[in-house]
Amino acid sequence: MALLQIAEPGQSTAPHQHRLAAGIDLGTTNSLIATVRSGLPDTLPNDGGEHLLPSVVHVTADGEFSVGRSALQYAGTDPDNTIISVKRLMGRGLEDMSAISNFSANQLVDSDSGMPSIRTAAGDLSPVQVSAEILRKLADRAEQALGGDLTGVVITVPAYFDEAQRQATKDAATLAGLKVLRLINEPTAAAVAYGLDSGEQGLHAIFDLGGGTFDISILRLTKGVFEVVATGGDSALGGDDMDRLLADWICAQAGLERSDKRLMAEVLTIARGVKEQLTEHNEAEVALGDRWQGSISRSEFEQLVSPLVERCLLACRRTLRDAGLKPSEIEQIVMVGGSTRVPRIREAVAEFFGRPPLTSIDPDRVVAIGTAVQANILAGNKPDADMLLLDVIPLSLGVETMGGLVEKIIDRNTTIPISRAQEFTTYKDGQTAMAIHVVQGERELVDDCRSLARFELRGIPPMVAGAARIRVTYQVDSDGLLGVTAEEVSSGVKSTIQVKPSYGLSDEQISGMLKSSIEHAREDVSARMLREQQVDAARAHEAVTAALAENGEQLLSREEIRRIEAALDSLDQAATSSDPELIKQAITAVDNLTQDFAARRMDASIAKALVGQELDEI
Amino acid sequence: MAITLSEKAAQRVRTFLINRGSGLGVRLGVKTTGCSGMAYQLEFVDDINDDDTVFEDRGVKIVIDAKSLLYLEGTHLDFVREGINEGFRFENPNVKGECGCGESFTV
Repeated sequence: MALLQIAEPGQSTAPHQHRLAAGIDLGTTNSLIATVRSGLPDTLPNDGGEHLLPSVVHVTADGEFSVGRSALQYAGTDPDNTIISVKRLMGRGLEDMSAISNFSANQLVDSDSGMPSIRTAAGDLSPVQVSAEILRKLADRAEQALGGDLTGVVITVPAYFDEAQRQATKDAATLAGLKVLRLINEPTAAAVAYGLDSGEQGLHAIFDLGGGTFDISILRLTKGVFEVVATGGDSALGGDDMDRLLADWICAQAGLERSDKRLMAEVLTIARGVKEQLTEHNEAEVALGDRWQGSISRSEFEQLVSPLVERCLLACRRTLRDAGLKPSEIEQIVMVGGSTRVPRIREAVAEFFGRPPLTSIDPDRVVAIGTAVQANILAGNKPDADMLLLDVIPLSLGVETMGGLVEKIIDRNTTIPISRAQEFTTYKDGQTAMAIHVVQGERELVDDCRSLARFELRGIPPMVAGAARIRVTYQVDSDGLLGVTAEEVSSGVKSTIQVKPSYGLSDEQISGMLKSSIEHAREDVSARMLREQQVDAARAHEAVTAALAENGEQLLSREEIRRIEAALDSLDQAATSSDPELIKQAITAVDNLTQDFAARRMDASIAKALVGQELDEI
Repeated sequence: MAITLSEKAAQRVRTFLINRGSGLGVRLGVKTTGCSGMAYQLEFVDDINDDDTVFEDRGVKIVIDAKSLLYLEGTHLDFVREGINEGFRFENPNVKGECGCGESFTV
């Protein structure tokens, strides 16, 4: 008879209607599939007990595919028909191949899809097709293990994947006959595996050191939603580099000739074994057959790899700096990737962040496990309270900018929960407050959209126009509730409001709003262009008038002032017209006329700043 | 007649309960559905109802509602591995026929 799993109270399914879901970690080197059974997430092994599936595909001339370890065997004997690291090709054009690819030039050919195809004995294959083979292999394993078809899958993608690369991943799943419930960022999956999403808020770092690449991601959690704040790393740094350094050391100790390729490959394999031993032990034997016998201590090994550790920390430091954060602001550090087992790496990370990293889950499997947790929730196997709604925003959410224009922050059809931020700045010198008008709709002008809320951010420190950095964050939680926060980044002054955007809108109203945006598309764009020019004109007028008042008398002749004032008058006149081109010309005229003035002002302010300072102070 | 479970099943239930962080035990039930009349249900227990009967075997509480108990008397719950699939199996002496897949049964 069929085997049963324990369900949450009230969540039992009817026979043949189980909501089987799995999470797939589609990796460059290895892939995994995981699922939640009786509340416990774990990766699924094949019938040989192996959890990792090498992301390698081999194809014969008859179009016979093999995937995983069996395909890897052909890497040496039939390299042209063995496809390794196909993930590097996903969603990429042929022109950006050279820098990132381990494929030989004659293996890749241009195709109509925009992605290069891979030339094999069975014809040209697209990276999507090859990835689909890997996904199918994993899905077969899951369907065998769970005794039924998969309802849906969640697949991981690197945080830095762009839309094209994400779409290619989805296409591969569709080709494999799988329904994608969602794509999830790899660092987010790792954070979910450790349950970091159950916290209220905080900043977390995901330290991912694999065989060949190092990625560091900073995530910000707000109300159960992760936002990738910054990513960084080193695309040529990993455990393989440690093996190579260790192999060099062995060669030097044993006095080996490096020209013998087969011997070098053997030494590299031995080096990897030695590295793994040093994770558990303080000393490891190095036995090179009858050629050489020796040993290495953990501290000697750590000495060898210390330049690599330094490079990891350098990337961490740079990424934190990009995000404007200090190591002490990071709450938890999640370790991902087999190379994070090396004790020195863990120590270095703990020293850098000032707290021990999370390591209790197998670093090779942590991403897959987090993905399975997400898949289980999305498939509906959790009680309502924990249910994460997979919903979309029916109409775009935006903010009013100068001139009554709408700047969209979250586009329609974005899945919620979602958090997006955009930075704005002040319009006038010394501006200390800003009105935030939250609107909903697809049209370009505020008047044609639906007003949701207005609030003010006060207490902005007085600065010149354009110097303040106002970060406006729109966050829609899984209940469709919108929270808007405006914060002046340098001073930290902040203001917040909560609204429910879809409240009171019927389906007819929503479709009506969508229809009108399509009907008015053309006039909306021209109205927007006109308003933009009008705003620009007003801004130019404002800036020039302020500058004239400040030091026009000192820096300009009477005649020059008169000419500038005349140009401002014609600018004012042009601004009342409805021809954006005319206004643009008037702005350009003012700009040209005041260029010299601007340069003199610059010189004057530098001269002022330099007066009375010693040379070494500058 | 009591409801029992194998040591393997008891051990798995205990592990799952610890992992879940809450729950009193495991609920066995039947529901009239499926291609052959009735289907088994297996759920975690957060609340025990008035009409429930509670059995205890190998340190695990087994909760069954009165109606389901009629069809489950004497059932033994086992945890087995078949190839790479693993899960719980009901060994129910009341069963007279099963559907092809064994997910539903008649008494």
